[in-house]
Amino acid sequence: MHVEVRHLDKHFGQFHAVQDVSFSIAKGHLIGLLGPSGGGKTSILRMLAGLESPGSGEIIFHGKTVNHLPPQEREIGFVFQNYALFKHMTVFDNIAFGLKVKKIRKEAIRERVRELVELTGLSGFEHRYPHQLSGGQRQRVAFARALAPEPQLLLLDEPFAAIDAKIRQELRTWLRELIERVGITSIFVTHDQDEAIEVADEIMIINSGRLEQKGTPWDIYKQPSTPFVASFIGESTIVEEIGQLKGFDHHGITASARALIRPEYIEIGPAHEFRLLSATETGIVRHMHFRGSQWMVEVEVGTNRLITYRSLEKDTLEVGQDVQVLVHRAYLFNDNESWIAENTLKADPLSVFI
Amino acid sequence: MRRLWITLTWLVFSILILIPLVVLTTGAFDEGGEGFLQALGRPEAMHALMMTGMIVVVVTLLNGIFGIMMGIYLVRGNWLSRKLRQLFNSIVDLPYAVSPVIGGLMIVLLLGPDTVIGAFFENIGFKVVYAFPGMVIATLFVTFPLMVREVMPVLQEIGTDQEEAASTLGAYSWRTFWQVTWPSIRWAVIYGTILTVARSLGEFGAVLVVSGNIINKTQTATTLVYQDMENFNVTAANGVALVLAVFSIGLLLLMERAKKRKEVL
Repeated sequence: MHVEVRHLDKHFGQFHAVQDVSFSIAKGHLIGLLGPSGGGKTSILRMLAGLESPGSGEIIFHGKTVNHLPPQEREIGFVFQNYALFKHMTVFDNIAFGLKVKKIRKEAIRERVRELVELTGLSGFEHRYPHQLSGGQRQRVAFARALAPEPQLLLLDEPFAAIDAKIRQELRTWLRELIERVGITSIFVTHDQDEAIEVADEIMIINSGRLEQKGTPWDIYKQPSTPFVASFIGESTIVEEIGQLKGFDHHGITASARALIRPEYIEIGPAHEFRLLSATETGIVRHMHFRGSQWMVEVEVGTNRLITYRSLEKDTLEVGQDVQVLVHRAYLFNDNESWIAENTLKADPLSVFI
Repeated sequence: MRRLWITLTWLVFSILILIPLVVLTTGAFDEGGEGFLQALGRPEAMHALMMTGMIVVVVTLLNGIFGIMMGIYLVRGNWLSRKLRQLFNSIVDLPYAVSPVIGGLMIVLLLGPDTVIGAFFENIGFKVVYAFPGMVIATLFVTFPLMVREVMPVLQEIGTDQEEAASTLGAYSWRTFWQVTWPSIRWAVIYGTILTVARSLGEFGAVLVVSGNIINKTQTATTLVYQDMENFNVTAANGVALVLAVFSIGLLLLMERAKKRKEVL
């Protein structure tokens, strides 16, 4: 189903939960609504479902405004954060609920439930009650129940929040594959950027009720359009006076510009590891943290403290050691605009003559 | 020391509950089984017991329906402001705080034959006070918090998630109530019903004021016991009282069983 939202706005008392949000979603896409808790993601989802009515703005499904339609008539499936399974019904009855409402023939219901039970890997659990299932199984039931009446749009509110880390990983992959196979337009809410990046075709970053950016995970990572997005996606350090760093001292950088530098933009090591020493700064290693597959290094350059990673294959650095630091690029911003600056000294001057 | 406390507790329990029960039973049979049956067989006793029975049935039905609805509106009624709901919530408990006699008096003052409303109903041939409807209203007043207070905490605990899930699956409120909400509040409603029945069986003060205690017309079992005592007809009073006591004890046992069954589920 093609979904379009225009100028959606919602107040809860004094609290402006959703502020002038507009977007459109192509049929069959899987969208992640990502943002910090309390940012308005769930409110947007609930308005799409009809569980909350918008203060103003329009919600359009298939080119038709659905603002006035109750949830019952929107042809949506909704997976709640804590699944909201009917606790006095068996798995079978939970999944069959939406079909019974539609007054479908008994055999057809049984057939459809069997199909979904197989699809979600719940065979053998049909006669259990929700309290007899594990978290992952409950999530699958919630998912099967939402899919049973063949909705046009699937909405998932923090679908993995209540599941432990190990199984969450499996379920993410499973969900992604399942949604692809069913081919249903889906929107899920999450505050976990890894989850959004891994599962979604496109991400919408929501912060304090506003849509900050919409795009593929790669686009958002590469070209963040606001400082909030840049700091929210990936890791980063904020540098107040970027002009102090080598290679960033022109660019017409004004005094008001601040920079955001990701660990992966920085290379660090003893002088012999660098081909272009002129582009590097000297720094002192302040802290080393072992992160399982690599070292996280805190390095002091002038008055700035930067964070980067270093492979375990390279020589291990010592705390207090003098090292060379190469900053490849920085994401710069001031109050009005933001742009990406590359290190100007990095281009090999010799290459011009060869 | 410990022994002393145990003895004391048993003593209080006996004086308050066991001994009166024994005295009540022996009192009812002090003229033999025949005297007991005779006391119950009196036309006014039969009528009073029937009156009580009718009040219990009507009050339990009304309190069941409106108590559940009140509970739902107080917990889920988002169209009311929070403050207003809190106010209503505390007013629900009023009958606990106010003496039933005062409750009865309020009904007489509001709906009595001398008032505007009372006169209006009288004119269309519907007597409220000193008649069955007034007695039902008085008993409803006394029992109203019982159902609400049982249902509300359960509704609060289950939250709205399951109901919202049902609505996204296409179910409208009627189906959602019966298939999703009802199974969760069922046991609370059963407790509320048992408490309501027990309370309406034993209600005295409010009913006495509203009914006028007219023999063979508006007399209930409890007000009959009161009148028999006044007339020094102790055996008859004990007989009717014993019937009421047996019913109440039966209800309490039923409630215990209900609790056990709920724990199993």
